This record gives sequence, structure tokens and C-alpha cells, in this order.
Amino acid sequence: MSLLSIFDVSGSAMSAETVRLNTTASNLANAQSVTSNFADTYRARHPVFAAQAVSGADGDSAEDGAETRGVQVLGIVESQAPLTMRFEPEHPLADKDGYVAYPNVNVVQEMADMISATRSFQMNVEVLNSARTLAERVLTMGQ
Amino acid sequence: MKTQVFSDRGAGWHVGCSVAGGKPDPVIRMAINFDNALGLTPYALQLLGQRTAVLANNIANANTPNYKARELPFQAMLSEAMNGDARESMATTNARHIDANPTSSIEGDLRYRVPLMPAIDGNTVDVHVEQAAFAENALQFQASLRFLDGRFRGLISAIRGE
Repeated sequence: MSLLSIFDVSGSAMSAETVRLNTTASNLANAQSVTSNFADTYRARHPVFAAQAVSGADGDSAEDGAETRGVQVLGIVESQAPLTMRFEPEHPLADKDGYVAYPNVNVVQEMADMISATRSFQMNVEVLNSARTLAERVLTMGQ
Repeated sequence: MKTQVFSDRGAGWHVGCSVAGGKPDPVIRMAINFDNALGLTPYALQLLGQRTAVLANNIANANTPNYKARELPFQAMLSEAMNGDARESMATTNARHIDANPTSSIEGDLRYRVPLMPAIDGNTVDVHVEQAAFAENALQFQASLRFLDGRFRGLISAIRGE
């Protein structure tokens, strides 16, 4: 039944948005993390989403789940943007020229990402609730 | 389910018996033809349920790069069924023939939306359009459900004869 496959679809989307929210939290938490070794400096992480075929709730993926897809997280990639170099000669981790490498986290972008992930999550919850209401109505038909 | 006239049977026999003293006919005779009584409403309900899944899928993939929003042409499919000229079902006479049974999946009926403003990552989901369509679809589903409920109530009161 297609109404029940919505639970899989929206559930996978909620899971993917949670991963996105997790990386955002990690990026914001480490926005000021400095290390002595530039190669080990934290780099902004972002998940890569892809559409995915999920089987229906009753397991008949060939017929029912073929047209319904969910979201899967293919992986989490690190940003290749250059690190932010700041001139702080008094910093204990500064190099011989007095520069410290800060992570390449764009805080403004992360905040926008966080809002987008939150809204998407809420939207999928709404969809799930609507699908549940419809399924309940079907169950009470003829009573 | 077919309704049959039993006038060719001998008088005094049970309706379910074809010969005197024979076993009951395995085919259950029904006085009510559900296809006639319910009309297109069950099919519409099925289509609306599938459309709900398609729209939910669009909303779920609102942030997926290169995902193209899809839509079920509900009106076209319903009027097709109403006119009775549904797609010809083709017989498979060879094992290598592809089964073109139209009821097995709606995958072939799905259309891609024409995007108003495609995103730079190749995604064509307009969340607000999808949300509006989803709300409208849920309302249509409940309306169809109420019609179907009313038909069943009518049948029940006809059976009870109240």
C-alpha cells in the first residue's frame, strides 16, 4: 500500500536531515579549533544526499516501492576551501611567520544550512502526520 | 463479479446447485455488483494514495542534488479510466516479452514537473508547490473516502432494509 511507504520515504528524509544538522553542529562547534599542524586542522564537513529506492513497508519492492524513493546520505565530504590564515604572533600555535590556521568553516553559511535542515525536517514530519491521518481514515471506513 | 440470471435452472433447486443433489456451485453468486455500486471511487482513491506517495517523495528529496520533481497526472488517468479506453494490455507470448501490465506499477505514468526556478544543484523541487499539492491531495483523498463511505452506508442500509 502506497500510503504506508510514505513512512519509509519521510523517515529516510528525516534521518538524512539529522545527519546534516549533526555536521552543522560539528562545524559550528569547531569553527575556532586551531591545531599546531596545518594538515590536521578541522575542515568543514557536509553530507552528500542522493535519491534512493526503498522497499515498501510490506516488503514488495518490485511493485510498490519502485516509484517511491527516499533519501540516502552517500557520504560526508570535507570542504576543499583554503584555511583561514590569521596573523596572531602571540598565539602559542603560531608558525614562524606568526600565522595561525583556522578551520574553513563559514559560520553564516552553516547557520543558513541549519535553518534549511530544520525546516526540511519539520516539513517531513508534517507529511508523515498527514499520511498517518489518511491511513487512519481508511481504517475507519464503513464504521 | 458477474450477476447471472438463474431462470434456466429448474424450479425448486437451490440457487447454488446446478444439478439436483449435486455439489454447490463453487462460484459464489452475489446479488450486489460492487463494481457498479462503487463506480470509479475506489480507483480514484488508489490513484490519490499513490499521488500522496509521489508528492511525499518530492518533499523528502527537496535537498537532494539532481533530483527531478515528479507528478502523477491524476486528472488524465482518471478520465482515461472513466472513458474506458484504458491502455491496451498486451499479452506476453514469449518469455522474453516485457510485461506491460498497466496495473503493476505507476512508474510509467509519472511525469516530470516543469520547474519555475531550477536550483543550481540540478534539483527541481519547489517546496511550496509540493506542499500545496500535498495538502490539496490529502483533501481530495478524504473527499473520495467520504464518498466511498457513503456508498457503503447506502449498501448497508439497503441490505438491512431499514
